[in-house]
Amino acid sequence: MSRQLTIIQAIKEALDQKMAEDQRVMLLGEDIGVNGGVFRATEGLLEKYGSARVVDTPLAESGIVGSAIGLALNGMIPVVEIQFLAFIYPGFEQIVSHAARMRFRTRGQFHVPLVIRTPYGAGIRGPELHSESVESFFVHTPGLKVVVPSNPYDAKGMLISAIEDPDPVIFLEPTRTYRAFKEEVPEEMYRVPLGKARVIQEGNDLSIFAWGAMLRVAMNAAKQIEQEKGWSCEVIDLRSLYPLDRDTIIQSVQKTGRACVVHEAHKTMGVGAEIISLINDEALMYLKAPVKRITGFDVPVPQFTIEDSYLPTEQRIKEGIVETILF
Amino acid sequence: MKTHTSILPADHVLEMYQVLTSDGDVREDLEGRIDESLMLKMYENMVLVRAFDRKSLILQRQGRLGTYAPFEGQEASQVGSAMALSPGDWLFPTYRDHAAAITHGQPLMRVFLYWMGHMEGTVCPEGKKIMPYCVPIATQMLHAVGTAWASKLKGEKNVSIAYFGDGASSEGDFHEALNFAGVYKAPVIFFCQNNGFAISTPFARQSASRTIAQRAAAYDIKGVRVDGNDIFAVWLTVKEAIERGLAGEGPTLIEAVTFRYGAHTTADDPTKYRDQETLSQEWRTKRDPILRLRMFLEKRDLWDEKREIQLQKEVSEKIDAAFQEAMNYPKSQPDDMFRHVYADTPWQIREQQQEFHRVCKKDGIKA
Ligand SMILES: Cc1ncc(C[n+]2csc(CCOP(=O)(O)OP(=O)(O)O)c2C)c(N)n1
Repeated sequence: MSRQLTIIQAIKEALDQKMAEDQRVMLLGEDIGVNGGVFRATEGLLEKYGSARVVDTPLAESGIVGSAIGLALNGMIPVVEIQFLAFIYPGFEQIVSHAARMRFRTRGQFHVPLVIRTPYGAGIRGPELHSESVESFFVHTPGLKVVVPSNPYDAKGMLISAIEDPDPVIFLEPTRTYRAFKEEVPEEMYRVPLGKARVIQEGNDLSIFAWGAMLRVAMNAAKQIEQEKGWSCEVIDLRSLYPLDRDTIIQSVQKTGRACVVHEAHKTMGVGAEIISLINDEALMYLKAPVKRITGFDVPVPQFTIEDSYLPTEQRIKEGIVETILF
Repeated sequence: MKTHTSILPADHVLEMYQVLTSDGDVREDLEGRIDESLMLKMYENMVLVRAFDRKSLILQRQGRLGTYAPFEGQEASQVGSAMALSPGDWLFPTYRDHAAAITHGQPLMRVFLYWMGHMEGTVCPEGKKIMPYCVPIATQMLHAVGTAWASKLKGEKNVSIAYFGDGASSEGDFHEALNFAGVYKAPVIFFCQNNGFAISTPFARQSASRTIAQRAAAYDIKGVRVDGNDIFAVWLTVKEAIERGLAGEGPTLIEAVTFRYGAHTTADDPTKYRDQETLSQEWRTKRDPILRLRMFLEKRDLWDEKREIQLQKEVSEKIDAAFQEAMNYPKSQPDDMFRHVYADTPWQIREQQQEFHRVCKKDGIKA
């Protein structure tokens, strides 16, 4: 049976079902218990599973991630919530120096099946450092998986996959889409495999690659371009930034011969640069125009009064499409 | 500058627990608490790791080991604490705690492999919980909290012990670990070897608190200051901490006051920042952990020169054999770096590996 759920509800359902099924799964974070998380992703779980498995931790991100690493080493499956992505920095060392490397350092003897969930991204009118999109830090770290659902169905299926994954997974939740819309979500457990992109809309003239909250903006831009110019865009939700679904990217570019990457992270060294490089390596001869990036700027995400100017807009994406097609 | 850091800091803040005096006498009745065979084992273990440490320094100078972190002077702290553990307990060492790792069951051969830059030097024996030497300061303390916490959740009768230095007590992770462990009453032992220096920084410059043990009070956990060159005191203190942990009474912070005779690492020159000769000489003659136990054993007729010569011979043969074994161990291959990054190797790594092989083949290099 399916019902209409928001992303938040889908995430909560995934956590609930995994906790019911597997005693080893436990949640750790600031304000996730009694308060149910600042976005309520863990609401009701404390009552259901008790304070030994839904743990309101002290306010210390290194403490949370570091002790979760130990819990994971010793047979638990911790799912950590970091309140906002930018507050992960105090725990950054634990993630890159330890979670990511434990399997490598012990030659496979020990590993860290850990999920770090965190809301990320702009467009929520948040205070400073509540809107960052720094996925590159983690994509650049061998040993980590980095995934980003953009809709309720994927959020549930990908989170279940992430919890079952033997490696540490950074699970980025686009804050702006948490309650923005509802979608059919099956009640039973299902899995959306990590590492697989999804073609949201087929098209012939240009491929658009996006993820997270940018997906819907890119879709809107593609629809308008279709109406205004009659060009059809293929829109692809990458979903997983590491590992990256190369085949879907390359097949699409081979078909359309043109591409734009849309992300809200800063432009320089963003994931977009990697995708362009991949296309150069594997599909250069199919290209009719240089691949374009429509991204956030290389500036700190500004205060909320001008936040929208930082973010790629439908207009900027449309211009990118036009430029690429008319090249 | 205050000089509260000198070799044996003022004891009025937290008394320092000592059982075995520098002259080889005991301050307490040990009847039924440490039996003679255990005392002899303590001695043998300390002699072994000291010989290992000295041999490693020589091998490093000969270019057969990479940079090495010596621990000579800290044998009682490392051996005494690790001997108090049960085989299934978790041990989180730093780059300097190979004596603790060896005592808990890490083969000498593996420790050589580690310092030879071998990929397999961090692997511990099947079923053991000896973690890789931790390089970023204080970070392993939280892992120990986590494993101890999990043991408690699973109802397993195991503790975790994390080793660290006095410098580590300034890092945020030290405080986060003590705080977490206190809140969850995790059966974890935080074992600090206060050797007076964090590379060049003396403890007086590290911290305004006179002792590390007193910090336990801030987290409402048990703190103990112990003579780190007194293996009886160390062993008894850790035993008690284990019992406390297993009884559900939470973590213990132990500050073992000790000294490292040599350099921070083989890449470091201590004469630049401390009066190396005088300090080392003073500790060697007045407080050496091995000498002290030997005097005690001799006074009780448990040890003599003949047995000493025999032990030294055995130890040196054992170390030579381990080094030979490490030398004969199959060398790490470049291919090894592409393994164990993920459970399933993703295409990026697989293809980078293939590309590497292709180029090596073209250039006639063995991959
Ligand atoms: C996070 C971090 N910062 C800096 C260093 C460089 N470093 C290596 S050892 C050391 C001093 C550590 O002193 P202490 O904790 O007292 O341990 P000891 O080496 O004396 O046993 C420093 C600064 C490091 N390894 N990790």
